[in-house]
Amino acid sequence: MAAGLVVAQALSDTLGGGSQPDLLEARQMQALSLAVHIPLVCFGIAFPAMFLFVEGLYLRTGDETFKRLATKWSKVALTLFAVGVVTGMILSFEFGLLWPDFMATFGNVFGIAFALEGISFFVEAIFIAIYVYGWQRLSPRAHFLTGVPVVISGFAGSFNVIAVNGWMNDPQGFDVVGGRVTDPRPWDALINDAMWHELIHMYLAGYIVTGFIVAGVYSVAWLRGRRDAYVRTALVVTLSFACLAAPVQIIVGDWAARSVTERQPVKLAAFEGLVETEKGAPFTIGGVFDEDEQRVRWGIEVPHLLSLLARHDLNAEITGLESVPPEDRPPVNVVRFAFQTMVAIGTFLAMLGAVFFVTWLRLRRLPHSRWFYRAVVAAGPLALVALIAGWITTEVGRQPWIVYEVMRTEQAVTAADGLEVGYAALVAVYLVLGSGVFWMLRRLARQG
Amino acid sequence: MLPGVCLALVMVGLTAYAVLGSADFGAGFWDLTAGGDRRGGRVRGMIQRSMAPVWEANHVWLIFVLVVVWTAFPVAFGSIFSTLAVPLFLAALGIIFRGAAFALRGQAATIREARTLGALFASASVLIPFCLGAAIGGIASGRVPVGNAAGDPWSSWLNPTSVLIGAIGVVTGAHLSAVFLAGDSRRAGLEDLVAAFRARALGSGVLAGVLALAGLLVVRSDARELFDGLTSGAGLACVLVSGAAGVGTLALVAAGRHEPARYVAALSVAAIVAGWAFAQSPHVLPPDLTLDEAAAPDATLAAVLAGLGVGALILVPSLVLLYRLVLRGVLDQRFEPLDQRFTPLDREERRP
Repeated sequence: MAAGLVVAQALSDTLGGGSQPDLLEARQMQALSLAVHIPLVCFGIAFPAMFLFVEGLYLRTGDETFKRLATKWSKVALTLFAVGVVTGMILSFEFGLLWPDFMATFGNVFGIAFALEGISFFVEAIFIAIYVYGWQRLSPRAHFLTGVPVVISGFAGSFNVIAVNGWMNDPQGFDVVGGRVTDPRPWDALINDAMWHELIHMYLAGYIVTGFIVAGVYSVAWLRGRRDAYVRTALVVTLSFACLAAPVQIIVGDWAARSVTERQPVKLAAFEGLVETEKGAPFTIGGVFDEDEQRVRWGIEVPHLLSLLARHDLNAEITGLESVPPEDRPPVNVVRFAFQTMVAIGTFLAMLGAVFFVTWLRLRRLPHSRWFYRAVVAAGPLALVALIAGWITTEVGRQPWIVYEVMRTEQAVTAADGLEVGYAALVAVYLVLGSGVFWMLRRLARQG
Repeated sequence: MLPGVCLALVMVGLTAYAVLGSADFGAGFWDLTAGGDRRGGRVRGMIQRSMAPVWEANHVWLIFVLVVVWTAFPVAFGSIFSTLAVPLFLAALGIIFRGAAFALRGQAATIREARTLGALFASASVLIPFCLGAAIGGIASGRVPVGNAAGDPWSSWLNPTSVLIGAIGVVTGAHLSAVFLAGDSRRAGLEDLVAAFRARALGSGVLAGVLALAGLLVVRSDARELFDGLTSGAGLACVLVSGAAGVGTLALVAAGRHEPARYVAALSVAAIVAGWAFAQSPHVLPPDLTLDEAAAPDATLAAVLAGLGVGALILVPSLVLLYRLVLRGVLDQRFEPLDQRFTPLDREERRP
């Protein structure tokens, strides 16, 4: 491999892209498309459980408020699902359009996960349509049951996609002989070791993002003086989901970080900008990583904290960036900033969740403070930011590899020209799409 | 053996998409050409009502095809997507616009919003089948070599065969859609719409037939091997079945028998997809890459078949349930023409 060229690339580009200008564009296109799709995935994971829960309350109590709420939410869910279908379709096109050599080389190893994902996606599409269009003619019980596959397939779908991402971080289930993949073992690739913490982390994120965004909508209504049963029910349900998930997410995050420490020490070092391998490594809050001096400047250093967090031992040894040559390191600032953003927002959301739960358990009512509802309004967008930041942390943190320590991203990219035209078109399309969805959600929210 | 089974699965998925997906695209074509707000309102309302419960499931077939191809025939997938990047990217953009516009159109509150979203939905509905058809034309006429963007980015899809298949894709979709919509209108008891869609079904059906016949001449001069495949052996049999089913559809539609016409029209499309597969057999990417060379190792193919087999145990009953509920009218919504429904909401918005 032309190591010198690779070094030049890594240094010349903050995002770790390269002298192949197309590589950076391809990565940004993929990142953009993922950032558009992932919030919709959150709704696919969590919203069905919420409207089904509310419909369950309706079946038990016969209270029409619950039915109105479930009908409304399922309608929103269907629209978001529809947009998710198309943005997901773009992703599967982009796998081929942007990374043909990745697909050509490894499609036979990890593809099975997407085949299974396709099935669960199919089931989800079928039952969400039956659920939304079947309110009038199906019996209440049958109608409730048609919602169950939606919840299950939402989970199964994310299971399979995250299995692939876990595999990219922890590739297994194949041999490489003379640069070619031989003997693919798809089932070994599907059930890999890195996927479990990723799956649970993402699944909880789905509940946190959906819960806080929807709760935010009703918090606005609350702040404007609407305190009827409809708004109260919506708030209690969404906040219960989100506020239960938020503190648990911290524990799962800790598990994820320790797993990264084990499997991808260089990624963990990038989270923290830790250059030299050291015992009792400090955790630096804030600041900027100086590429020239190879250290974090202007940060607040807490001694031993990184060792404690990553290995649960004050004096544990943490591997630094220097353990690999510069061309094998991810771009530290992007990864580090994303990681710290995620952790900061996650901590805030967990505290908000604690406030809700303490109030609920001790007083059996929603908090009265207007500041709580203002915080919930802010929590929705913040949760989205944390979600995207988390994905940037793991995805950019894996660079320069598309398949960790097996295939470099630059080896996977398309040789076709004119990516910049496609990139510009894609940005324009997503802007239009984003404003369209925002406009529609606002209209639905205004209708109550 | 295993590669053949996997290819058959791909062809089943493609056929399902070519029938159900194209019909949805065709509905967009009729939406585009329905005329002004008042005149076209009833046609558009019927299209919205028919498509709403099924279009998402219909489009998952395309995802199904993609995932099976990239798992079972990864090299072919990489080659196709890098060489045919332009039409596939255009189709992808069209898919975004179309799906989003359709989903959002239900929330439109003014005629202007509805018109903008409707136009987006409808024009993308024509763009997508053309681009996908053109991509198939590139593969079938042997213009996609193995490798990362190894073929010509333009002539691989802007060539006589591609343009022909793209055009046939658009017209066939319109035909299928009109046949289905005529049946849906009959079930809804809207006889004026039955007549409107019947006329459209007949017109587009005749046009599709003419295009297909003229197209054989184009293929003969542009892609001789494909032509030979289509005019001999199993390929020829499929072409004949497709033609007969096409004529049969026209006869059934003319006789007002819309329910059987659905299935015969679908058969016509299925036969031509199968004919294409036979015509370029044993190649996946003619003229060089054969099925056995393109196929992933057996362990992968077996995993795909096992996964899809188990999945089918859940999926097939679910699909049957969906289409049964749809065809029995359980999921039907009230019919509302797409021109008048905005007025009340609009008025509500203006209220203080």
